[in-house]
Amino acid sequence: MNEKLEPALRLKGIVKTFPGVRALDGVDFEVMPGEVHALLGENGAGKSTLMKVLAGMYQPDEGQIIIAGQPVRMTTPIEAKAQGVVLIHQELSLVPEMSAAENIYLGELPLKSFGRVDWTTLYERSNAILERLNCNFRGEVTVVNLSIANQQMVEIARALTVDARVVVFDEPTASLTDAEKVVLFEIINDLKARGVGIVYISHRMDEIFTLSDRITVLRDGSYRGTLTTADTNEDEVTRLMIGRSLDLSRDTATPTLGETVLEVRNLTCAPLYRDISFSVRAGEVVGFYGLVGAGRTEIAETLFGLRSADSGEILIDGEKVQIGSPPDAIALGISLVPENRKEQGLVLSMNCRDNMTLPQVQNLASGPFVSSSAENEIFDKYREKLEIKTPSWRQTVRVLSGGNQQKIVIGKWLSMQPRVLIVDEPTRGIDVGSKSEIHALLRALAAQGYAVIVISSEMPEVLRVSDRIVAMYNGRIMREFTADLVTEDSLVQAISGIKATEVA
Amino acid sequence: MLLNRLKAGGPAIAKQGILVAFILFMIVFSFMSDRFLTPDNIMSVFRQSAIIGVMALGVTIVVIGGNLDLSVGSMLSFATVLVVDLHDKVGPELAIPIMVLATLCLGAINGFLIGILRLNSLIVTLGMLSAIQGLVLIYSGGQNVDIVDQRGTWFAIFGRGSVLGIAAPIIIFGLLAILFHVIMTTTPFGRKVYAVGGNPTASVFSGIPRSRIVFTTYLISALCVAVAAIILGSRVMGSQNNVGQGYELQVLAAVILGGTSLLGGAGSILKTVLGVLMLAFIQNGLILMGQPYYTQWLVTWVVIIVAVWLDVAAKRGRLFSPIA
Ligand SMILES: Nc1ncnc2c1ncn2[C@@H]1O[C@H](COP(=O)(O)OP(=O)(O)OP(=O)(O)O)[C@@H](O)[C@H]1O
Ligand SMILES: [Mg+2]
Repeated sequence: MNEKLEPALRLKGIVKTFPGVRALDGVDFEVMPGEVHALLGENGAGKSTLMKVLAGMYQPDEGQIIIAGQPVRMTTPIEAKAQGVVLIHQELSLVPEMSAAENIYLGELPLKSFGRVDWTTLYERSNAILERLNCNFRGEVTVVNLSIANQQMVEIARALTVDARVVVFDEPTASLTDAEKVVLFEIINDLKARGVGIVYISHRMDEIFTLSDRITVLRDGSYRGTLTTADTNEDEVTRLMIGRSLDLSRDTATPTLGETVLEVRNLTCAPLYRDISFSVRAGEVVGFYGLVGAGRTEIAETLFGLRSADSGEILIDGEKVQIGSPPDAIALGISLVPENRKEQGLVLSMNCRDNMTLPQVQNLASGPFVSSSAENEIFDKYREKLEIKTPSWRQTVRVLSGGNQQKIVIGKWLSMQPRVLIVDEPTRGIDVGSKSEIHALLRALAAQGYAVIVISSEMPEVLRVSDRIVAMYNGRIMREFTADLVTEDSLVQAISGIKATEVA
Repeated sequence: MLLNRLKAGGPAIAKQGILVAFILFMIVFSFMSDRFLTPDNIMSVFRQSAIIGVMALGVTIVVIGGNLDLSVGSMLSFATVLVVDLHDKVGPELAIPIMVLATLCLGAINGFLIGILRLNSLIVTLGMLSAIQGLVLIYSGGQNVDIVDQRGTWFAIFGRGSVLGIAAPIIIFGLLAILFHVIMTTTPFGRKVYAVGGNPTASVFSGIPRSRIVFTTYLISALCVAVAAIILGSRVMGSQNNVGQGYELQVLAAVILGGTSLLGGAGSILKTVLGVLMLAFIQNGLILMGQPYYTQWLVTWVVIIVAVWLDVAAKRGRLFSPIA
């Protein structure tokens, strides 16, 4: 690449510690102008922390930040932005009650005399940016009314208000649809063409390999090396990242299927979904594939007693059941790993262990007291099984890395030993190593006789874990496939609403 | 960014902002008045703090559950007037249970409106504050009530009695504090209150009956008020029909001083006890220094602000911080 050019930004020997955690241990990193530099590493490797140091949110204990040849010290994100460094967060950090435009220009609203906000200019400028991003909403809308994906777009729009030198994308695609991803990639390429240095963090190898020029790998807070994307492959990167190769094969052992555990007949909850019928047998993994908004999450919520259907029946072990609330569902042996870990999955202010044992805390009591040892046993078991990285069970979940938070939620529901396990986007934000382990775990659970439902928007995931795949479009089941008969094309057709025709 | 509030390292003591403020305070006052740290004075501060203290225990639990309770002041008026008035009419052995039940009913109204109907707790309990005061005036016809035979009743033990030289109110406060501390830190119920206050949605997704938990916290708060009313009625042997006025703010001040987050999900009973004592010592210290009664309001406010500031500063690891 541009070997002779000055890097847009350089980090030298960055060290950052938190109580009990050495999050960064002498990390070097640089971005050239016009380069997409991918940052990879397992959950908790320190990627987000490094970027927060870069964006002035954390002060490094040691090390230097060099921008355009000058060492700088940045103590706030606003200062960093003034230096041309913009961070787009892994976790959305918008003010929900404000308009999109205000969020885009937060902290730097255009002003008229006497400090009054110049609304005309504000909306003009933000609408221009939103247009550039091909967004179908305007700056005047309030952020709460936007979908998660659109909120993500607002977050991205923030980066475009200044002449950025470096823009950091921390797992930007975790909640985007494929169409929105395409737009995002266009934006990135556009920025790149204008000489902006891009840092791109993601756990999706395909994205990394389409987008990036170079790849830097972190492991346990230390620098593992930088590779040129064109000269490497997924396997090499993975080995650098997790110290071994991945087994991506699908276990082909034919499952021994038991009785039908869950059956759903003509379930309807207009306008979210209509006429849903399917069944899951013990020992089987059924994948629900479809676009975001196809109604899959809503079906899961109905099965878990969070929503009531207008009509239709739910049967467990052939018996009709009423599921009026989550405790009903839990009593019937249904578990739901929800889609949104921060809002639905975790109590961020609580520690890791207490979060994990929350649904069963009543049953862990010996006498009137919660048994600490029983709780620790559960936590230790799943911490090991899911390789959750945390200095101790006492750590508040809030400070865990995104992927480790997700693992706590999964552990929480696995530890309930359910008969029917529903997982909604289980590997969002999870690193490749743990991802394949979670897939293996889901298969293993099925093999032990659980009935498993996997909702996912990632085709490789659905293909890999499912015995049967239910394709949904717009609140309806379009087709059902068995694992050996499914093809990617027919899946794509089904979820875009194209009816299956015998001759096609 | 709020979420990324970083907990800096540093000595553990620095994180106990409230405790540090408390100790500093005690030192300053002990220099200003040599009566301040005498056992007699300390005991009397403890005794005087018991009523607010007992109420603060209940309110702490409500606040940890993510809500507020501003109705405890007029609820205290209600309960005290009721128990004192009934004392001479039906005798203490019936007056106490009737009053406790009636007070629990008020708590249940709060709990129903806030827990089950999901109305905003600030609005509901502020409304209850004035509604209950009205109820008291209707009941008492605007008259103050008192107990005629003050010597001959066992009702006196709660406010005036003592065991091994320790005043009964202190014992009641202490025992309740320990009880609630144990409940909040070691039982499933306590865990659920923290969960519901910390993230109501995630709690529901975890199968926790959120409505029932919130409802129960208001029952507990009402129960604490009933206990406080017994102590108060027994000590004074009479009651004005607005005795509890302003207590809700003192109680809330103690809870905040104790570092319980008004956002819910975090806080501790023992720290509330510390907050209660600190408030009581401030007021006592000011009186010993010959300050008029009302300066305590001003000083209390300053102390709360400083304490809260020290507390967040300790969490942030610096006194001023551009990011929360
Ligand atoms: N404020 C904090 N206090 C204590 N520990 C922290 C804090 N922030 C991060 N950590 C710890 O530092 C480590 C690195 O976290 P970081 O968020 O940088 O990981 P990451 O590489 O972004 O992971 P992911 O892919 O899961 O997002 C983790 O072990 C995390 O628990
Ligand atoms: Mg991260």
